[in-house]
Amino acid sequence: MDSVRSDRDGARSRIPVALKILIAGGFGAGKTTMVGSVSEIRPLQTEEVLTGAEGADDTSGVEGKRTTTVTMDFGRITITEDLQLYLFGTPGQDRFWFLWDELSQGALGAVVLADTRRLADCFPSIDYFEQRGTPFVVAVNCFDDRRFGADAVSRALDLDPDVPVVEFDAREPVAARNVLIELVEYVARRQLAAAGAR
Amino acid sequence: MPADPRRAPHDWLDHDAGPVVRPYAMTQGRVAPAGGEFDLVAFVVATVPDAPPSPSLQPEHHAIVGAAWEPTSVVELASKLDLSIGVVRVLLGDLRSAGLISLYEPPAASQPHDVDVLKAVVNGLRAL
Repeated sequence: MDSVRSDRDGARSRIPVALKILIAGGFGAGKTTMVGSVSEIRPLQTEEVLTGAEGADDTSGVEGKRTTTVTMDFGRITITEDLQLYLFGTPGQDRFWFLWDELSQGALGAVVLADTRRLADCFPSIDYFEQRGTPFVVAVNCFDDRRFGADAVSRALDLDPDVPVVEFDAREPVAARNVLIELVEYVARRQLAAAGAR
Repeated sequence: MPADPRRAPHDWLDHDAGPVVRPYAMTQGRVAPAGGEFDLVAFVVATVPDAPPSPSLQPEHHAIVGAAWEPTSVVELASKLDLSIGVVRVLLGDLRSAGLISLYEPPAASQPHDVDVLKAVVNGLRAL
């Protein structure tokens, strides 16, 4: 594994390999909760300031407004000294989609959070990852009552049968961690299948 | 003792009052880093413990150098220093040009992830 690119002077840590996982889903589906429940650091928020030049907003009527702030949650899990996972909760509003392109560049994969009370909220995320070819799993965040099983959700979302759908509680660190394991194992299966097909 | 009228309670003090400098004022309006973009999870490492005093360096430049003695990702620096990602990137570009930091891009930006790495991730997650 060529994870260590520099030994440097030994006194300081080596440069770890960072892997990105995106946590997507509609507003209120539990993105921030999930990032917080598995992150070893207090989930941090960071802001991206968009300048007017990027054309994200229709500023008619508020021409004086030149910047828009987007908040992104992120968390970190240290796997080994040389390997870190970064979790990014994707910005929820549709008009910030272009930020997703940067986030998903080189990402390991994505978790799409689904709330069965508002299943349609996760359609845009699923469309996005399908189009980009980013591997994803669907995690059904079970709030109080379980309304539908994983199979029903998979059918309702018209997912490829290989795409894992799991039920979990975003507030439970172990459950959230298991969703990440599911995702990474799925990515590994896809990788092996692709290698076998060559 | 009567309360000092000059220190009456105020709703918006310090951090709560919000930024007093518009974000891109720190970069003199520049929105792209010198020398090209880099990933959110690229690692930053300072090449010196403290940046030398220089008229071209602002307090934020010094803060970045101070925070990046241990390898620190771009996104974590932004969060620690309470600066927006775009601003941090421009400042990092300046520091890179001045030779005060090194930037290490994550390896797997385009190629598929190595299955051995994925296995290590799964094992690591299980062990948490």
